[in-house]
Amino acid sequence: MINARLIKRFSPGRESAAFELNIYLEAPAGITVLFGPSGAGKSLTLNCIAGFAKPDEGRVLVNDEIYFDAASGVDIPPQRRRCGYIFQDHALFPHMTVRENLLFAATVADHTHLSGLQRRRRVNELLENFQLSDLAARKPAQLSGGQKQRAALARTLVADPRILLLDEPARGLDRPLREAFYQVLKDTRQRLKVPILLVTHDVEECLELADFICLIADGRILQCGARNQVLERPASVDAARTLGIFNILPAEITALDPGRNHSKLKVFDQLIEGPYLPGHLLGDHGFICFRESEAFVTQNSPKASSNQIELRLLAAEPSSRGMRLRLQHDVSVTISATDYQSIRGQTHVKIEIPASAVWFVPR
Amino acid sequence: MAPNAQPIDWFPLWLSLRVAALATLLVLILGTFTAFILSHKEFRGKNLLDSLITLPLVLPPTVLGYYLLVVLGRSSPLGHFYESVIGHPLVFTWQAAVIAAFLHSAPIYIKAARAVFEGVDYRYEWAAFSLGASEWRTFWKVTLPLARRGLISLATLAFARSLGDFGVTIMVAGNIPGRTQTLSVAIYDAVESGNGQLARLLVLIMSVAALLLLWCASSVTSSGTLLASYRGLFRKYRAASVSGA
Repeated sequence: MINARLIKRFSPGRESAAFELNIYLEAPAGITVLFGPSGAGKSLTLNCIAGFAKPDEGRVLVNDEIYFDAASGVDIPPQRRRCGYIFQDHALFPHMTVRENLLFAATVADHTHLSGLQRRRRVNELLENFQLSDLAARKPAQLSGGQKQRAALARTLVADPRILLLDEPARGLDRPLREAFYQVLKDTRQRLKVPILLVTHDVEECLELADFICLIADGRILQCGARNQVLERPASVDAARTLGIFNILPAEITALDPGRNHSKLKVFDQLIEGPYLPGHLLGDHGFICFRESEAFVTQNSPKASSNQIELRLLAAEPSSRGMRLRLQHDVSVTISATDYQSIRGQTHVKIEIPASAVWFVPR
Repeated sequence: MAPNAQPIDWFPLWLSLRVAALATLLVLILGTFTAFILSHKEFRGKNLLDSLITLPLVLPPTVLGYYLLVVLGRSSPLGHFYESVIGHPLVFTWQAAVIAAFLHSAPIYIKAARAVFEGVDYRYEWAAFSLGASEWRTFWKVTLPLARRGLISLATLAFARSLGDFGVTIMVAGNIPGRTQTLSVAIYDAVESGNGQLARLLVLIMSVAALLLLWCASSVTSSGTLLASYRGLFRKYRAASVSGA
């Protein structure tokens, strides 16, 4: 369990604006994805936890052990924090072979008290686990991106870390390698049962790996929680925007019925039905959020079904799953190529939002 | 060569090589250490230390030599201590020439070595730390091997520069033929005494040696130029400012 309260301020410099990181973060065993745009403070958070950056205030606890506490002046050096840190470009020592990289880790991890023979055995074991045995004599420069990634992960695991910190580990890998690395990471999560903090600004990676998600923007946490909670129930319009998978439209609550788990929302003069919205009042202004993947385009059928909004079609672009329609008010939906044929030439399309997909956030 | 020429005295060349080699060794040990501290540690008076190290580059050799005479002379505590341990005074010996050569080459070495160290991607050092390696072990096993090429190249330059010192050497070691007369001093001596032929020969030797050393230095670094190590410095600063945001 990582438990970190971090405050760190940067005064404006010649090329940088003032910045304040101010977050509270809890990460249990499993993968917690720190998701946010670049410059949000994600890497800085990792550095504070690993001991490479010193917060101005706050404390860092890992498994109830104090790593840092500004109030009492405790600041454990990085060497004794046992954080497995995977850097953006792996940081495998370029002058050592893969085996030497792992042996270095085994040698300096003095808490394991292994003999030379045990160390070599442990290194061999990890080389085998990560399918690196045949590559052990190579230098990092002779490895592919995916192999480097595995070697870097294996090297951190040699030291038997208490937590894993990964800074955009899949950056620069192409799709198949990414998938392979995700699998390795998931296996590691199964085996290790330690908190894993993963920094990314790639939403696909977040969806693929996260057990928990922390949305972070401009040095603040927008929302932290279990994966589905964050993905389905954004806490604010900023959280929904940061995640970038939502369509967001202004709305007003016109009816609320907890008994039938039902609500009505007015969106551009059209009424949309949704689930009951606890914590909100009749007449509240805010936004409805629905995921791109949950809305669909209805054909021009005479039967007027509910929960439809008519929007002007601005553009249609081919995407990996068919055609992506860009509509007015920054709304986009993806439909199949055959469905696109039937609405081709129309200036307006009706999209239907299932009531269960509707979520309301206050302004 | 004219038949009436005297046999050439090779002593200045050998002395110069010996002095330069010892000075380079000193520079390698003390300079590398200082450069590492300057590149990796924050402490009060760091800028002052940096200025002090740069000072020998801008002061006239006569001023430097004068200071050395004051600090190392027979009446100074340091000179007195040296004399009581070794048995003879330090000034006007070839050992004093080593110190002069050291002073001539150390500033440039330290400045450039600092840039080389700063050019080593800090992530390698952080990776070593996070694995549990001490700063000492990280220096020996990670930072130094990664900086090795740059440092070797700089050591070659330091050797070339040590070979060429004149002003400070003549101030503190004097011009004693067969004892403290280095190559550059011998050239001065030859010109002064009107021995143009000897001067030309020694100048040629000096030039060829310097050229060879520079060529060695540039073929050690893959990128070829000293400027490359400065480029590494800027890259590191940029990376640091990005990760700080």
